[in-house]
Amino acid sequence: MERRPEVGELLDLAESVVGLAVAGEQLEVVVVHERETEARAYGGEVESLTVAESRGVGVRVVSGSRQGFAYTGTLDRDAVEEALAEARDNMSFATPDEYCGVAEPDGVVPADLDLYSPALAGHPTDDKVAMALELERLTLSADERIAGIESAEYLDSASETAVATTTGIRSTSRETGCLLSANALAEHDGETQTGFGFSLGREPGDLDIEVASREAAERATRMLGAVKPPSGRLTVVLDPWVSAQFLGIVGGTLSGEMVQKGRSLFAERLGDNVAAPGVTLIDDPTDMCAFTASATDGEGLATRRNVLIDGGRLDRFVHNSQTARRAGTVSTGSAIRGYSSTPGAGVRAVSVVPGTLSQADLVAGIDDGILIQGVSGLHSGVNPVSGDFSTGAEGIRIRGGQLAEPVREFTIASTIQRMLFDIEAIGCDLQWLPMKAAGVTLVIGELTISGT
Amino acid sequence: MNAVNDGAPLMLAPDVLSETLATAMGTGAEFAEVFVEDRRSMSALFDDGRVEELTSGRDRGVGLRVVVGDTTGFAHTADLGPSGLTAAAEAAAAAARGGGGGVRQVVLDQHTGPAPGPVEIMPGDVPKARKVALLEQADSAARESDGAVTQVAARYADSHRRIQVANSDGLLTGDRQVRTLFSVSCVANGDMGMQTGRESIGHTLGFEVFDEVDVEDLARRAAGRALLKLEAVPAPSGEMPVVIGPGGGGVLFHEACGHGLEADLVAKSASVFAGRRAEVVAAPMVTLVDDGTMPGEWGRYAIDDEGRPAQRNVLIDEGVLTDYMWDHLRARREGRASSGNGRRQGYRHLPMVRMTNTYLGVGDADPDEIIADTTHGVYVAQLGGGQVNTATGDFVFGMTEAYMIEDGRLTNPIRDGNLIGNGPQTLLDIDAIAGDFAMGSPGTCGKDGQGVPVGDGTPTLRVTRLTVGGTAA
Repeated sequence: MERRPEVGELLDLAESVVGLAVAGEQLEVVVVHERETEARAYGGEVESLTVAESRGVGVRVVSGSRQGFAYTGTLDRDAVEEALAEARDNMSFATPDEYCGVAEPDGVVPADLDLYSPALAGHPTDDKVAMALELERLTLSADERIAGIESAEYLDSASETAVATTTGIRSTSRETGCLLSANALAEHDGETQTGFGFSLGREPGDLDIEVASREAAERATRMLGAVKPPSGRLTVVLDPWVSAQFLGIVGGTLSGEMVQKGRSLFAERLGDNVAAPGVTLIDDPTDMCAFTASATDGEGLATRRNVLIDGGRLDRFVHNSQTARRAGTVSTGSAIRGYSSTPGAGVRAVSVVPGTLSQADLVAGIDDGILIQGVSGLHSGVNPVSGDFSTGAEGIRIRGGQLAEPVREFTIASTIQRMLFDIEAIGCDLQWLPMKAAGVTLVIGELTISGT
Repeated sequence: MNAVNDGAPLMLAPDVLSETLATAMGTGAEFAEVFVEDRRSMSALFDDGRVEELTSGRDRGVGLRVVVGDTTGFAHTADLGPSGLTAAAEAAAAAARGGGGGVRQVVLDQHTGPAPGPVEIMPGDVPKARKVALLEQADSAARESDGAVTQVAARYADSHRRIQVANSDGLLTGDRQVRTLFSVSCVANGDMGMQTGRESIGHTLGFEVFDEVDVEDLARRAAGRALLKLEAVPAPSGEMPVVIGPGGGGVLFHEACGHGLEADLVAKSASVFAGRRAEVVAAPMVTLVDDGTMPGEWGRYAIDDEGRPAQRNVLIDEGVLTDYMWDHLRARREGRASSGNGRRQGYRHLPMVRMTNTYLGVGDADPDEIIADTTHGVYVAQLGGGQVNTATGDFVFGMTEAYMIEDGRLTNPIRDGNLIGNGPQTLLDIDAIAGDFAMGSPGTCGKDGQGVPVGDGTPTLRVTRLTVGGTAA
């Protein structure tokens, strides 16, 4: 196999390219190296095994208040210098913008996060494959109604990133991640339903095959026999899996970039009450529990804990260095990017401060409602500019404080603005999920259900 | 003319490919494949009243696939030198883990496949200043159309992708794929908040597309869509007839049944259409086609990412399910030919069954009469993205321009929302298809984390019953 570059070598490469800057020119070089393994099981056999190694360099040039960018999918010196030349050429066509520029060191020390497990690199591939096979076997045997598997897979990645700039930023980071995920098919009386289950960690030893298989089987079987509910307005309870997706969208609207470009429903709303008084929303990439945790951002600055909504009041947008300069403030360490793009500004790890009641306690207080366990079409049915919110949904009907029959093939609709005010209760069951937000049970006072 | 050469040197020489395949086959594999890709891309963004950024990128590398029994091993490398190729071939072979040993010779037969799509003006030859000028025109046109337009983002993008495929069956072929894209997104601000409108065009052509496409007109249409919705009423909720305008509904068929006709999902019984060939699955006027050969369309190519020529595949013929879509691996297991639907996002990905340009054939109804014949329902002029669960057939897709139909007339525009339904049921519930036809906006179809460009098209049609996910009673 190819020799794996150490993160120090990535920084050396970044620094050496930064050294090519000419007078009056700012350079930012980001270098990424990633290794991935993916093992898929099907029918008791290894369906596919992928061992992959990706690397790339992104070069941003700023001069005379103009910005240009180029990238290349290799660490090859000639290709990187070609990218630098392309970035300079691209820069000449940009409109000058006084706020353009790479980040400046701000003295904030990155949190000491342990996101890299050396155990992953030495873990035998055979064992990863065996986990995928075992995941399929356990999922199939978890319930007699499980009739098949759409996918059962093991995935891991180890990545190193270095950022260097002419302004003196020198940043390195590395992290590992592992995932087991299963998609099960349940059948009963000629009806088919599907469900997923997963387990996440920093190294293979963190993964729980049993949990992933059981959740897949439970999610697939619980919708068997589900009916379409009648249309109406009801109290809904969002399961953590669903609320995390909703909160991720809310977090997305609080990007300084979206706000400044007039593409956020919260533009001009800083200091206003935008949610129920019990809602405090925080973006904290330094929280080790978040799978998206990171000590540094895409510009090499330290990430930090940012309170976005404090007791219902809109307190802060998140910024990279450019949006911060435009807003007359400092970066919140929220630059988001890969090597093939310039930094945007966005949240990484959003959560609401949890309440004290369990999901069961919250359900017990609802006479007529629906527990929403899954949503679909968030990318097509939610407009983060207008706030219109409409998604396909499935879940379980709540009658007299008890969970009743499963329901599916309906939509839930409201607006993001209204939903934030309609949050009546927050559960105690905060749960980090493989996305940029944590989930927690949320009770939403009223949503429109569109069914029969 | 040789499709591989296309005026440029071979990406990898036949003897290098041959040796790499021999290494990959060294542990007793049944099939091995080398996929070489060199992709250059360029995009320019005009946003917030200025040329914000031009980005250039290049990705070049090789993906190696080795098949033993039901197991596929895959590795890739950006190192096109002999050591990089050997390492990747060995890694893929080790991943597939064949039983036998010994080196097999692979004799490659240079294949003169279909020629790459014709391109008059290579985007890479066009000065960047001309591309930027188009963006400025679009921005001005959108802003000048109405004072309520508060934000405009115009994006130009082109890509030049060269691929080469060689496999242990002796195939050696290649393609050159050029794509040009232009999109405009607008925000309009009114008393009831902000609204958005978007328009885009994309073709497998070069810069000559702008001889036909007026970017100012495109920008005005995007702005018009946002402005229209400033006056929009909340979308209704509940089941009702839905009329979909020409070109607006391709995504419906892409989601409602296209994915379910992909042979990999069918083979795992993860499709509601598994085992239903030759059965009636749709209303008799429904003919659904996937056609990778449509000149200039977004999902067009000469050969797929497994080296198989693109073809026109009739999936549903007058309501009867005729065939699924196939890639090399699934077809090989069934002892049949691939349908030219083996695609991958790039050299870092394994190919799988994917759609190309998917469209619904025309019917004989009059589009105006379809609307006039609808008492209460929704007319959708433009759909946004969608999503389907192929195992259950349940799908969802977004409406980005829609109107109420009341007493046979289009009335108020309605706010954005989702429509949901079930694929097999929807195919049976189509009760009218018009003689008009248009292709829709260029799309990116996501499956298993891989995005590939796809096109779609429909005439005007009516589904008797879909669930509209609005907030109004």
